[in-house]
Amino acid sequence: MAFEGDLNLEATELRLGLPGTADHDKSGVTKSNKRGLQQAQSSDHEESNIVSNDENKRDHQESTRPAKAQVVGWPPIRSYRKNCLQPKKAEPESAGVYIKVSMDGVPYLRKIDLKIYKGYPELLKDLEDMFKFKAGEYSEREGYNGSEFVPTYEDKDGDWMLVGDVPWNMFITSCKRLRIMKGSEL
Amino acid sequence: MSEDDEPGRPQPPDPGSKKTRNCAAVHPSPHPDRVLEIVLEHVLQFLTARRDRNAASLVCKSWYRTEALTRSHVFIGNCYSVSPSRVTARFPRVRSVAIKGRPRFADFNLMPLNWGAHFGPWVATMGKAYPWLERVYLKRMSLTDRDLCLLGDSFVGFKELELVCCDGFGTGGLAAIASKCSQLRVLDLSDTEVMNDGVDWISCFPEGETCLESLIFDYVECPINFEALESLVARSPALKKLRLNREVSLGQLYRLMVRAPQLTHLGTGAFGPSEAQGASDQEYDYASAFSACKSLVCLSGFREIVPEYLPAIYPVCANLVSLNLSHANINVEQLKPIICQCRKLQVLWVLDSVCDEGLKAVAAACPDLRELRVFPFDPQEDAEGPVSEVGLQAISEGCPKLESILYFCQRMTNAAVIAMSKNCPDLVVFRLCIMGRHQPDYVTREPMDEGFGAIVMNCKKLTRLATSGLMTDRAFAYIGKYGKLVRTLSVAFAGDSDTGLKYVLEGCHNLQKLEIRDSPFGDAALLSGLHHYYNMRFLWMSSCHLSRQGCREVARALPRLVVELLSYEGNEKMDDGAVDVLYMYRSLDGPRNDTSESVTIL
Repeated sequence: MAFEGDLNLEATELRLGLPGTADHDKSGVTKSNKRGLQQAQSSDHEESNIVSNDENKRDHQESTRPAKAQVVGWPPIRSYRKNCLQPKKAEPESAGVYIKVSMDGVPYLRKIDLKIYKGYPELLKDLEDMFKFKAGEYSEREGYNGSEFVPTYEDKDGDWMLVGDVPWNMFITSCKRLRIMKGSEL
Repeated sequence: MSEDDEPGRPQPPDPGSKKTRNCAAVHPSPHPDRVLEIVLEHVLQFLTARRDRNAASLVCKSWYRTEALTRSHVFIGNCYSVSPSRVTARFPRVRSVAIKGRPRFADFNLMPLNWGAHFGPWVATMGKAYPWLERVYLKRMSLTDRDLCLLGDSFVGFKELELVCCDGFGTGGLAAIASKCSQLRVLDLSDTEVMNDGVDWISCFPEGETCLESLIFDYVECPINFEALESLVARSPALKKLRLNREVSLGQLYRLMVRAPQLTHLGTGAFGPSEAQGASDQEYDYASAFSACKSLVCLSGFREIVPEYLPAIYPVCANLVSLNLSHANINVEQLKPIICQCRKLQVLWVLDSVCDEGLKAVAAACPDLRELRVFPFDPQEDAEGPVSEVGLQAISEGCPKLESILYFCQRMTNAAVIAMSKNCPDLVVFRLCIMGRHQPDYVTREPMDEGFGAIVMNCKKLTRLATSGLMTDRAFAYIGKYGKLVRTLSVAFAGDSDTGLKYVLEGCHNLQKLEIRDSPFGDAALLSGLHHYYNMRFLWMSSCHLSRQGCREVARALPRLVVELLSYEGNEKMDDGAVDVLYMYRSLDGPRNDTSESVTIL
């Protein structure tokens, strides 16, 4: 018995995208790296419909379809296993300053390489893109204005500092991890 | 009781006799009630299994008291189920403590940051109550450097620290342990994250001979002072277990091995030359170093493996009981010469890079295999699948004594799973992860219901099950009906409706730990388990169909249950009542007070 056929899921399927568009075009249901509203609101059936309807076409389309966006925590592999599988780069220690970035309320962290940025504006832009927020305008006197979110970092002494106060080169050597705080906590 | 008497110890008085024996003349004749307690104390010291001790403690008040006095090891499966002071009040003479914190799904980033599970309150309370504490085992807890300092200061005779999947501290904390705990025998940091504060903790061990028997730091991602490590190994004659991190090169490994041929457990570190050392590494005769380790039974590491060096381990293969190649990206041709020599192997962890062919070689060579884990080299849903139902079938045919399996793959069939259920009746742990969500049987396109059904039906000893692939409520009906011994169940992207979860909650009487994600189970299903939640260690449900209202009903019905709702980004202020994560557990001491903003306790 065809699991899909009996329940006639296709007829009642909720989809993003215009009626009549082929359901094997999955670009309409991309999953962002963040779990959040999409995950909470879309029903599991919607996902399973689209996936199970696809299974038959999967063989043909695997090479042409873009890879499914990753779901948080799936497959259930611990992060050290994922990182460890990358070959160790044959570079001296000064290359690649990877630090963790967390944001309040987001369940998972990201890692970024501070070395690839030339200064604060680039770093902030990337953080804003990664976590989908706006940091606001930085000023020495008032910190970040105009936003709920404030980028902070933990320095070598364990203190939480505002990103942007010290010269960039000093920042990248003293920054241990980044945390995007929600303004209400400050 | 005479055969139990130790020389020099006062003998317990003969129950029923009013006279004391000569040896016990220092003690006045005890009250008859107390006589039984003294006898019980001596007897209970032989009782070690916690289930037995728990049973003994329920007999009557006298047994409860005596058992509490004689319990030397306390196991706390959920750190929030009881407060530290309650534990120390009941068990005054504890030497060894094991505490587990976060639920397992936290490993996969499904839990908000700073959720909890802090060791601080425990070490503070135990520091005062248990000056003779010798052993601490923590899993998924957060510790700070200060906690470790306090530990070193509080427990003079501290011997064993085991931290599994913990975090929150750095090399400074390790230095505190190394320097303060002069009796340290075991420092085991398996899977634990240690922040690189730049402190050279290896140099902090005291001068002179150490008592170290086990030094495990394979996943500590900090460079170490190799000269200090070499010196430490050289002055630790009791060292049996050494697992190095990937900063240790092959040449350095050689130097350590020649100083410690008595090792039984070895984690090889990188197993490749470091760039800095270059050509000088190749002069070493690695095989001779391995030959010298006549007691080696457990081998792991191979973190940056250069496969050309693998033949060096041939001398130890015949004796190996456990081999972990799960970081070694080797193919079947590189695996075969090793595995065919490992006749005694019972535990094998590999990467799927060995392919189905490699698993066939394992099946042919290792008839004694008890535990197999096959990890994915490329852990993504759309990746190439080098292992499949073929490998699983082969293993089931070649390894009938299999007790535990964890198998990641991209495709699977019911037939192979059914075959395993029949060929491997001793299975206790069956964890299958078909990485593509909702994937049906690759050949028949049917759900994986029959496969998992066969596992619970045929594997009568099964206590742990993790499912994947396309599963309907029928699969859960099987689990509820036949999985009577199942204690841990992991479900992801499975089921059709509330009925599925109901089957499990109503049928699995021994269920202790239930973790579910992204499955269509709602409030009605949740409420069907009210009769059982007090018997469980925890229930985790994330991205299911629960509402605040339903969770509140559970909280109301079961006042001793702590019902936590965790929220993901952007959802805290949403009022539609949908629940991101439900995490609930029984507690003797009510809700905790160390929660962060993303946690609501109902």
